[in-house]
Amino acid sequence: MGVNQLVVDGVSLSFGGVDALRDVSLTVRQGDIHAVIGPNGAGKTSLLNCTSGLYRPQAGSIAYHQADATTELTRTRPDRVAALGVARSFQNIELFRHLTVLDNLMLGRHTRMRHSLAAALAWFGPARRQELEHREVVEEIIDLLEIQLHRHAPVGALSYGIQKRVELGRALALEPGLLLLDEPMAGMNTEEKEDMARFVLDVNELKGVTCVLIEHDMDVVMDISDRVTVLNFGQVIGDGTPDEVSGSPAVIEAYLGSEAATEGVA
Amino acid sequence: MTPATGVFHRTYGSELRLRTTTAAQVRLVLAVVALVVAPFVITPYWMTVAIQVGIAAIGALGLNILTGFTGQISLGHGGFLAVGAYTSALLVTRLGLPTGVTVLAAIVVTAAVGALFGLPALRLKGLYLAIATLAAQQIILWVVRNTTWLTGGTGSVFVDYPTIAGFRFDNDFRWYWVVLACAAVATMVARNLFRVGIGRAFMAIRDQDIAAEAIGVNLTRYKVLAFAVSSGFAGLAGALTAHWTQIVTWERFTLSVSILYLAMIIVGGLSSIVGSLMGAAFMIIVPALLTQGAQSLEGSFLSRQLPAVELFVFGLVIVLFLIFEPRGLARMWQRTKDYLRLWPFRY
Ligand SMILES: Nc1ncnc2c1ncn2[C@@H]1O[C@H](COP(=O)(O)OP(=O)(O)O)[C@@H](O)[C@H]1O
Ligand SMILES: [Mg+2]
Repeated sequence: MGVNQLVVDGVSLSFGGVDALRDVSLTVRQGDIHAVIGPNGAGKTSLLNCTSGLYRPQAGSIAYHQADATTELTRTRPDRVAALGVARSFQNIELFRHLTVLDNLMLGRHTRMRHSLAAALAWFGPARRQELEHREVVEEIIDLLEIQLHRHAPVGALSYGIQKRVELGRALALEPGLLLLDEPMAGMNTEEKEDMARFVLDVNELKGVTCVLIEHDMDVVMDISDRVTVLNFGQVIGDGTPDEVSGSPAVIEAYLGSEAATEGVA
Repeated sequence: MTPATGVFHRTYGSELRLRTTTAAQVRLVLAVVALVVAPFVITPYWMTVAIQVGIAAIGALGLNILTGFTGQISLGHGGFLAVGAYTSALLVTRLGLPTGVTVLAAIVVTAAVGALFGLPALRLKGLYLAIATLAAQQIILWVVRNTTWLTGGTGSVFVDYPTIAGFRFDNDFRWYWVVLACAAVATMVARNLFRVGIGRAFMAIRDQDIAAEAIGVNLTRYKVLAFAVSSGFAGLAGALTAHWTQIVTWERFTLSVSILYLAMIIVGGLSSIVGSLMGAAFMIIVPALLTQGAQSLEGSFLSRQLPAVELFVFGLVIVLFLIFEPRGLARMWQRTKDYLRLWPFRY
């Protein structure tokens, strides 16, 4: 199908003696929902952190392809990665707690705003006009995620499920080309998970945003992803369509555990 | 910022306004009237206190931008005030530049010095940053005390009252208006900053710096910018002090001044514009009241032990605020307003 958007090639990352990633390679195609699964400590979050520029791997490359340019993300600062259109959420919600939902989402527009100190201090017309323009975009996202009621609430006061949504909203406000979601459904009940899965599908289908999705719930992964990469102890042990991966003996053995192997995987 | 309960807007534009209710407009008018009438009715003693409050308000706004809004603790504010005071005074006495120009220069120079001493903030946080800014404070004071070519080795600079456009600012009545205008502009500037993206980026860094970076905020640029803007305010406050008092001495900018400013923003309310003003007023007016009380009780314990009593009250006030209202006077003010608006209904 689509062209390659993110190409991870031979990435290795270690912390002291711990190898978080060992020679990891994978390719995310444009327009896909690409799941990354694996047991705790497998290196999933580390992979996202390398992609968004927060960690510097000791070896390997991560190439981000856009229509007109290719950027090596392992040598790019996190804020520059964001400016390229790569947005993310965090495993343990990392919102701006004291700010309102609206301000959190407006921060998603940061890279798309022009910031002039003089204009800001004097609140000139352009600064005001810019606020209103971006507010329109943010309101669309608020509608999409159905968080209208919480618009002016400080996010620290909101429930866990709503905070997860706001974090997705903040990433969406960037109008990303690539969305990195680190366990967006963790700790949710079935209904909340369904909502979140629907939002991810909407974003993927309606806006054509490529998604890298880290998720533990295998039902969700099998349902919504186009491709799956399986990590174990920092190594790729499986890669393919959901069916291919769930049928692979190595994956069943390492990830789903031997008891699942005997029961068979749906 | 969270809007007041029970206030509704029809357009996004109207939400961006600063004062959206009639009550807010009435309060503004009352405040303006009080500030305009005050210099005609207060005693000379309270006139000097009012001027001190105005100058402190500018400095407190600056520190709150850095520490309250951006989350970068600073023990160097006294040092930055000194940079502003010495810069403006020296430019007048050495180069004979007009005072209006030297004050603007003081703002720019102090902003630059602040940006420089803000560089450690790129690597340090919390207590470690506090120590680094403490070093800034001590370095700046050391420089003004020990560089002979700057201050003649005495650490003091004398300046005559300024004459601007043929108008000589040589009494407190005139200074009152100068300081009031400067404080009003500083307040507007600070408010505007937090209505747009730059101010939001500052607050994002305070709340979650890694997420801020991952959403596209350049931490280096914005932390340094916060130090620069904050120090610019300190530069203005310092320069005003210099020209109003006609003398710049290093004793006025010691570490205890840095701590006094931290106390102002804690008592007034961290990351609150109005809190900065209230905190400055509170921390200047309370000692002024004590001093006056001591004078009227000549020879009493209070008047003999005034410095000790002031220190005690100072400490007590901070502790009480930290325990009972960590969000400061601004929060108490907000509650009062809510109470009045909803009165007589309570829910
Ligand atoms: N900042 C860090 N410092 C030290 N070790 C880390 C750090 N981040 C991750 N690790 C280690 O790397 C390994 C992979 O962690 P992580 O990427 O969080 O796994 P996952 O997200 O798959 O659960 C773990 O052993 C973890 O302890
Ligand atoms: Mg993880």
